[in-house]
Amino acid sequence: MTAPILVVDDEAAIRRLVRAALERSGQQVDEAANAAEALQGAARSGCQLVLLDLGLPDRDGLELIPQLKARGLAVIVLTARDATDEKVAALDLGADDYITKPFDTEELLARIRVALRHRTLGSGECILALGPIAIDPAAREVRRSGLVVALTRKEFAILSELARFPGRVMTHEALLTAVWGAAHRHDTEYLRVAVRSLRRKLEEDPAAPALIVNDPGVGYRLSANTGSSREAS
Amino acid sequence: MNDNRRPNPEAYLKAARRETRGRLKIILGAAPGVGKTFEMLSEGAGLLRQGRDVVVGVVETHGRAETEALVEPFEVLPRKQIEHGAHRLTEFDLDAMLARRPDVALIDEFAHSNAPGSRHPKRWQDVEELRDAGIDVFTTLNIQHVESLNDVVAGFTRVRVRETVPDACLEDAEIELVDIPPDELIDRLREGKVYIPGEATRALTHFFSVANLSALRELAMRRAAQTVDRQMLEHVRLSGEPGNWAAGERIVVAVGDQPGGDLLVRAGKRLADAFDAVWTVVTIETPRSTGLSREVQERQSTVLQLAASLGATLVTVPATSVSSGLKAYALENRTTALVIGKSLRPWWFALLHGSVVDQLVRNLDGVAIHVVPVAGSSSARERAPAIESRWTQYAGALGLVAVTTLFNIWLAGLIGPYTISLIYLLPVVAASTLFGLRPSLLASLAAALAFNFFFLTPLYNFTISDPQNVVTFLVLIGIGVATSQLAGRLRREANVGARTAAENAAIAAYGQQLAAVSDESQTSALACREIGILLDCSAVLLQRRDGRNEVAGGYPLLPELGPIDYAAADWCFERGEPAGRRTNTLNASDWQFHPLTTSLGTLAVLGLEAVTRRDPVPADRQTLFATLLGQTALAHERLRSGEEARLNASLRQRDALRATLLASIGHDLKTPLTSVVAAADALASEHGSSPVAATLQIEARKLGRVFDDLVEMSRIDEGALKLRLETIDLTDAVASAVHDLRSELAAHPVDLAVPPSLPMVAADPRMLHRMLVNLLSNAARYAPAGTPIRIEGAHRGERLTLAVLDRGPGIPDAQEQAIFERFVKLEGSDLTGGTGLGLAIVHGFADAMGLAVAARNRTDGTGAVFEIAWPGSAIRRETPLEEEE
Repeated sequence: MTAPILVVDDEAAIRRLVRAALERSGQQVDEAANAAEALQGAARSGCQLVLLDLGLPDRDGLELIPQLKARGLAVIVLTARDATDEKVAALDLGADDYITKPFDTEELLARIRVALRHRTLGSGECILALGPIAIDPAAREVRRSGLVVALTRKEFAILSELARFPGRVMTHEALLTAVWGAAHRHDTEYLRVAVRSLRRKLEEDPAAPALIVNDPGVGYRLSANTGSSREAS
Repeated sequence: MNDNRRPNPEAYLKAARRETRGRLKIILGAAPGVGKTFEMLSEGAGLLRQGRDVVVGVVETHGRAETEALVEPFEVLPRKQIEHGAHRLTEFDLDAMLARRPDVALIDEFAHSNAPGSRHPKRWQDVEELRDAGIDVFTTLNIQHVESLNDVVAGFTRVRVRETVPDACLEDAEIELVDIPPDELIDRLREGKVYIPGEATRALTHFFSVANLSALRELAMRRAAQTVDRQMLEHVRLSGEPGNWAAGERIVVAVGDQPGGDLLVRAGKRLADAFDAVWTVVTIETPRSTGLSREVQERQSTVLQLAASLGATLVTVPATSVSSGLKAYALENRTTALVIGKSLRPWWFALLHGSVVDQLVRNLDGVAIHVVPVAGSSSARERAPAIESRWTQYAGALGLVAVTTLFNIWLAGLIGPYTISLIYLLPVVAASTLFGLRPSLLASLAAALAFNFFFLTPLYNFTISDPQNVVTFLVLIGIGVATSQLAGRLRREANVGARTAAENAAIAAYGQQLAAVSDESQTSALACREIGILLDCSAVLLQRRDGRNEVAGGYPLLPELGPIDYAAADWCFERGEPAGRRTNTLNASDWQFHPLTTSLGTLAVLGLEAVTRRDPVPADRQTLFATLLGQTALAHERLRSGEEARLNASLRQRDALRATLLASIGHDLKTPLTSVVAAADALASEHGSSPVAATLQIEARKLGRVFDDLVEMSRIDEGALKLRLETIDLTDAVASAVHDLRSELAAHPVDLAVPPSLPMVAADPRMLHRMLVNLLSNAARYAPAGTPIRIEGAHRGERLTLAVLDRGPGIPDAQEQAIFERFVKLEGSDLTGGTGLGLAIVHGFADAMGLAVAARNRTDGTGAVFEIAWPGSAIRRETPLEEEE
């Protein structure tokens, strides 16, 4: 992993700590203290991923997302915990993921790994294995512990949509648009019901879902590595 | 029998007193010139011849030789010289006579007034002193100088004398009447034998008419006879012989506030003397009589002094009306005769208002009622001042008629008599409008006469030949009366209007003053002062503080209220109705309380106390008072609302400031906190097993949550919560919350009991997440490590509940609701930390979403249950997805 990660934050302390954490995990790190530096850095170093704080002194961080994505970079947004609208906006603008401050360093590293994997693997048509679940998008087939699970078309569509980027949160609106069409993009209820149904069919304990994880108010994600990243209950 | 013959002790006392005192002999005459002085000197000479020591104190000889010759044999005491300004007056020398101590003193003119500077103002007082010294006195008196006969005499002679002698002086005197027939007296007058002071000649000439003299003579004879009767009576009592004198005659004289009370008193005295009766002067004190003017009160007290000087017993009887009070008193005291005045009011007045006399005559059986006509009417004074009928007004009325007559004479050739009679209406109407009733009557009369004289056949005399002309005559007079009454009423109404205008001005001024003050104490003081002045009474304003009515203002002073007053004020405040004096409630209080009622309820109580114990709000001031009271109430309401608005504004301002502060603290601290957490993570990864690093990680995250709480709370306070209701699968919600809290919940097994079959609910996902995180965090904090935390969803009937159950110490009694309040933490929970905001946020968010939250203790062992409940309307019906295509 030679391509550096660009850490964009106006707080030197945070840049330093994130750099330390990333370097510990073997990443190269570039830093930028504002939007202008961030764009320069993104152009110069040929980095793969930008860790973007939205509260920048010169410009709104959200404005940078389309430009960074246009360069083919992965973007993980750093936000305040309760800024649901900001998270959704960032994701809609193309951000790969978000992480709330104050963040858990381990979770940050995990998210970065997921994002980088997407970049390297792309959205392949290969079979995705998540613990006991195997998803074959080409065959439109889902197996659980080797046994085929019968899914409705919508359920399969949701699952395969989530499976395109495992570990990455998909907003409700994105999922609804992809599966039901733009007309139903606000009908969260459809999604809830379908996800509940999916969980019944796929989850080990549907009351404590570990496969399809809820991000309150934002969306769903497919747990990147089931059983290890979620330790609920 | 013996008992009946026992002498009356009072009579003995009187007799004993007379024995030590000098005797008094009054030579009584009907008029000057009857020969009293002559008689006195003759009798004195007789005594002198008997060897008695007789000295002349004062004898007015008026320079007549006849009289001077009679004085000759006596020792005459020199007169005392008294300097009076530039004049030198001579007076009887009392001290010289006392020093001389003769057996008998002859002193002329008993009713004489002494010169200023003498010991006594009246000569009869000098005589009393001589008698006290044991000296017998012979004196002379004209009947017109007897106090009780004063008005009677003035009534027919038109001459009122100012020098009077109290009747009491006559009672124990020996009275000798000098009587000559009136004709003889007139002859003596003509012969110049009667001294008349130069300046009084004319008046006295009128006085000495045969009729007058006859009447005076009769009075004098009666008076002398009365005295003789009484003396005989006393003699009878003294000797203890039973007689048939009219025992138990009791005379009551009723004196009111009307002028002429003195006439009544004198009449009563005469009656009492005639009957030899006990007499009492009664004043009936009615509610009306307490508000009399100073003038009337003074007049009344003068009358009562007179009554006392005439020997009456004075009694004041409180009653609701004159007639009822008199009736009650008369019956109680077995009155046999009642003397009352009849005011010379118009007949219709009694018809309208009822006559006291009539009521008494009807109600008092067995009591002789003597009605004495007295002049004047007190009510005229109280009414709107009528235009005074001065002679100029009568002249004006006549002038109008004269001008009209001239005009009519000029017109007479052109128009007929009937039109002329119509024109005569003009001066009548004008006079009645301009000058009032009497001048207008004069004008009508004059107009009628002029019309008759100048324009009706036969011309130039007052004969009325045609009955039609009589009608014209009467119509003119009738119109005069009617118009003047009408004009009078208009004037009275104008006066009422003027007062209304004055009241309106007072009200407006009061309103302005109220608007100018801006706090309650000033308003209270102002209200008391202004209302007190306008109603002429004391005022107090009470306001409720800490559940009690307290004095907030007073006029003229802050009064001391007694328990009964406070009770009345409380009642008034609570009921919003007047209480206290002259109301139906607690009227033993001296104060009358009125509520200040507004849309905010009763704000204060206004108390009034009239100095004279009348109703502090007289009937004619009720409207004024009601308006003032309303204004005062409004002012209080305005202040109260203003105060509340200010308080609210400042509270809002404070809340906004706090919210901004919290938000900015939250934001500013988040960045360093992020660094701290990251640093803690870095430490932990570098020194994996270090407990210090682990503690730092956990505490840093707790700190992060505290800041989150602060920020959330500030949002709740700001009212900045944006509700975004979504359909939520509680499974999702619980799982997310548990995931976020995984490090804090590490010490507890989490027992998830949220069935996947539970209906979905409507909620704001972020808020619900926060609520669950806080409830779980709370449970993790209080429950001992290792005890399970259970999350339980249930759908029963119309309710869907989500509960967090722990095995902590539970909730103290009666804290189930308080626990959701801000900064409330369980007792003995120091070790657990926390801001005390967590549950308040749960409560605030639940409120925002329309959910119910409750806390209670577990029934299955120790521990607390925190429950979120969705109402039926917030539960989403399970809608199985229809597979399309």
